[in-house]
Amino acid sequence: MSIVYLDNNATTPLDPRVLDAMLPYLRDKFGNAASRSHAFGWEAENAVEQAREQVAALIGASAKEIIFTSGATESDNIAVKGVAHMYHDKGNHIIIQETEHKAVIDPAKYLEQNGFEVTVLGVDKYGMVRMDELAGAIKDNTTLVSIMFANNETGTIQPVAEIGKLCKERGVLFHTDAAQAVGKVPIDVEAMGIDLLSVSGHKMYGPKGIGALYVRRKKPRVRCEPVIHGGGHERGMRSGTLNVPAIVGLGTACALAQAEMPEESKRVTALRDRLWEGLSKNLTEIALNGHPEKRLPTTVNVSFLYVEGESLMMGFNDIAVSSGSACTSASLEPSYVLKALGVGDELAHSSIRFSLGRFTTEADVDYTVKRVSDAVNHLRKMSPLYEMALEGIDITKVQWAHH
Amino acid sequence: MAYSDKVVDHFEHPRNVGTLDKNSANVGTGVVGAPECGDVMKLQIQVDENDRIVDAKFKTFGCGSAIASSSLATEWVKGKTVDEAGQIKNTDIVKELALPPVKIHCSVLAEDAIRAAIRDLRQKQGAPGDKTAVAAK
Ligand SMILES: Cc1ncc(COP(=O)(O)O)c(C=O)c1O
Repeated sequence: MSIVYLDNNATTPLDPRVLDAMLPYLRDKFGNAASRSHAFGWEAENAVEQAREQVAALIGASAKEIIFTSGATESDNIAVKGVAHMYHDKGNHIIIQETEHKAVIDPAKYLEQNGFEVTVLGVDKYGMVRMDELAGAIKDNTTLVSIMFANNETGTIQPVAEIGKLCKERGVLFHTDAAQAVGKVPIDVEAMGIDLLSVSGHKMYGPKGIGALYVRRKKPRVRCEPVIHGGGHERGMRSGTLNVPAIVGLGTACALAQAEMPEESKRVTALRDRLWEGLSKNLTEIALNGHPEKRLPTTVNVSFLYVEGESLMMGFNDIAVSSGSACTSASLEPSYVLKALGVGDELAHSSIRFSLGRFTTEADVDYTVKRVSDAVNHLRKMSPLYEMALEGIDITKVQWAHH
Repeated sequence: MAYSDKVVDHFEHPRNVGTLDKNSANVGTGVVGAPECGDVMKLQIQVDENDRIVDAKFKTFGCGSAIASSSLATEWVKGKTVDEAGQIKNTDIVKELALPPVKIHCSVLAEDAIRAAIRDLRQKQGAPGDKTAVAAK
């Protein structure tokens, strides 16, 4: 059985061109980039510096501002905890928002337990931060605002440039977790006023276990306390021998994304819209979660009313997607991201995230539209909620026996 | 998470999907669960004059295991007397469908649905002694 892969926000396949670039560094070019005394080291160092240029170029930064990490989780940890600790004398207040990835939420919670003050902003029904609320939340003792570029579940893209401008005006640092956005939408850290930005390799056709953190060096020069202490690699912000093959992979992935973005972005956006339009044509009572336009080209998050997400995924088991339903998550709670948008629990249980990518074809999308429509119809025939809706009963008004 | 073959079979070929006339005197209807929790089961039984279940139908909003549990429940109650049906235990369903621990609540809900249907039937029949009260949750 061949499986259609529409879970690219979870992870992307490695681009074969990335693998080809990496292989020499897993074989003969095994040097330690910190070995200054021989050719093996120089060769590795050159490869790392080229990758640094490639990552920087994709986001409008300079190479010196890029630090390699193990992934966006680590980058988020360095940005949030590292900035909070470094600027502790200036203030102990940071601001995040509700739909952040756990890699930002949990470090913020950790800081809160250790005496920092954390404001968690809500979002509007599309998952967008409200600029007036953000402006009102910034105080004299605020040191950092951390708001993601694009959300992993809904694809909603935040008004990053506006946030950057506001933070500049108010003299606070701005970090953005751009794990889902890098390589998919244009990013310019200068034009957007971003001070720190997290990158993940495996969300953009690079390898897993590699990421980067952009740390601004000029106007202002941003400093972070390290999370990992040691030999002083990466300007002291992230010690540990560099993972040269993975870094080469990340650099190559960035170069490919940059070269192909103008066309690829158009192509994937068309597929995204084809998927949504196909489903809307075939099915009644479905709802798009997230922003209708300001959304990643890859992401379509849909609630199929009266049908539970996990059973739906079982109904098209040759298509890989993910669901906001409780049954599929480790926590047994429906998606906190959808809840933050005001999507009710019952609609969160009915949600499916389709995330498209570089290797998604029109045939994949058409097949998905057909399979999903059939599965929804099959399950609605079995659904007591659908039956009640057809009878004109408002299920939100029913007294359910909670368990 | 992989599903057992039996769960997949009930999911793909659910037995006894449908609706009986809930206003009929010899039909009992049980609706349990809540949409916010991700599962709602409706199970109905129809009895003959000897208190034997001659038909059963279900509709379920829930995961594959919830659908399979209710489908199996309708299969099992058919042909039993109402009292016999009231003896069906969620643990029997767990065993038959090889449900993993995180899905045990699906079987509990199916047992609750059977009992709720029986209670509804008894109420209609005007029997005062309701022996099959739904277990408190
Ligand atoms: C928005 C966002 N931030 C952070 C991460 C974590 O990235 P990584 O797996 O590289 O640590 C992810 C991936 O799940 C993500 O989607």
